[in-house]
Amino acid sequence: MKLIIATIKPFKLEEVREALTEAGVRGMMVTEIKGFGSQSGHTEIYRGAEYAVNFVPKVKIEIVVAESVVDQVVDTITKTAQTGKIGDGKIFVLSVDQAVRVRTGETNEDAL
Amino acid sequence: MTNIKTFAVAAALTALPTLALAQDAAPGFDEIGPYIMTTLLFCMAGFLVFFMAAGFAMLEGGLVRSKNVTMQMTKNIALYSFAAIMYWLIGFNLMYPGDGWIMTGWVGPFFSTTTLDPVGVAAADAALDYASVGSDFFFQLVFVAATASIVSGAVAERIKLWPFLIFVIVLTGVLYPISGSWQWGGGWLSEAGFSDFAGSTVVHSVGGWAALAGAIVLGPRLGKYKDGKVNPMPGSNLALATLGTFILWLGWFGFNGGSQLAMGTVGDVSDVSRIFANTNMAAAAGAVTALILTQVLYKKPDLTMVLNGALAGLVSITAEPLAPTLFGALWIGAIGGVIVVFAVPMLDKFKIDDVVGAIPVHLFAGIWGTIAVIFYNSDASLGTQLMGIIAYGIFTFVASLVVWFILKAAMGIRVSEEDEINGLDTSELGMEAYPDFTKG
Repeated sequence: MKLIIATIKPFKLEEVREALTEAGVRGMMVTEIKGFGSQSGHTEIYRGAEYAVNFVPKVKIEIVVAESVVDQVVDTITKTAQTGKIGDGKIFVLSVDQAVRVRTGETNEDAL
Repeated sequence: MTNIKTFAVAAALTALPTLALAQDAAPGFDEIGPYIMTTLLFCMAGFLVFFMAAGFAMLEGGLVRSKNVTMQMTKNIALYSFAAIMYWLIGFNLMYPGDGWIMTGWVGPFFSTTTLDPVGVAAADAALDYASVGSDFFFQLVFVAATASIVSGAVAERIKLWPFLIFVIVLTGVLYPISGSWQWGGGWLSEAGFSDFAGSTVVHSVGGWAALAGAIVLGPRLGKYKDGKVNPMPGSNLALATLGTFILWLGWFGFNGGSQLAMGTVGDVSDVSRIFANTNMAAAAGAVTALILTQVLYKKPDLTMVLNGALAGLVSITAEPLAPTLFGALWIGAIGGVIVVFAVPMLDKFKIDDVVGAIPVHLFAGIWGTIAVIFYNSDASLGTQLMGIIAYGIFTFVASLVVWFILKAAMGIRVSEEDEINGLDTSELGMEAYPDFTKG
């Protein structure tokens, strides 16, 4: 099992969700986050004074999937969330030791 | 206010000769009509100007940070209420001394409370050439409250409640009425030919000068100016700030329209409508100018500047809302909008922290509006207008500085560093405007 963490542009969330559902993903966790990467921050002006916005709003998606579909899921996210402009986000894949479905007690891939 | 307000008692006296004639038959509409219409004008215009208190509250509530909103609301309702009491206790008769000057043309009587017309006053006993005392008192009272509201926005987010309210008591009971008497009470400036129809200087600049003195003595909010940089502190709710601006815009029809001070003739009522149209035009021009200017200068329009622009347009036209053409109102208001967009960053350069832009809007645009009178009112001269502006500036700024310094020495005017960072809502009041939203 793998945990896929993807940070994407907030406006792409709905599109990514649809694409992943079509690809057979049955659940995901979504968090609104702020952060910076190579896009870094930008400046805004309020009442004539410039100020730096150091953290940019992003959406973080977390999905746990069977190893067999990891590449497909990562590929789907990459294709859907891509705009080609700076700040499209990043995807990380981590190993997951264990999964349990609370309702039934099923474990690992059965619990996904 | 083209006609200097006649003191009610004096007006009643002048009505006396007709009294004998009126005893035989009930007075016809020709005699009582103007009194009724003008009283009605004062009541309705007074309601509108009263509602400006709500406008100021919403504007300021929207432009301060959420941790200071309850305090800003508290100050706004308290300042209005203290102003109402002080104006009865001292202010009204001090501002309109009639024959009761202590120093003719300069200072009226102190400790002279306002008395209303008797219940069910007979036409023969009423000031038929003017309006009822109640309507006149109420209409003038809501103006002084506007002056105090101007101060509260500039000194927001760091001043203690009670020193602020004591300043309001002095401002509304003494300072504003004394300087107001020079012009609207028939004092030395009105004798000299100074012209300020509804109060660009008498109301708005006075509020602005008092606010400037307060902001200087108080110092900027913590962290506002650091290492030579300006650190913006965005307001908590721009929807409220916009509502507040629209309410002020609405209230201004009463502010300027009511200042015609008469509605008994075709000419007067038509003038009131002229004033409405011009007032509206100036506000629109100020807003559009600020919108376009911020778009050009900063690449994005700044709503808070657009709101200030509309208000600056209104302040600009307040000294002469009657004489200009609609085009005149447009360009006078537009310059008000320009003033705001450049004056807000300029104050930041001097490290004068004016939270809501009260000083650019009310003081700077007020000065501009007072000068602009000369373009459409042939009775006004630049020299006299400047003399009035300077006289009001020196008196109000110096007197306010003195009061602020006394308060600072006597009880301190600023909250502690920790209280300021935690927000005045919890530190001074122990309650929050948005408890669920901020902490739960």
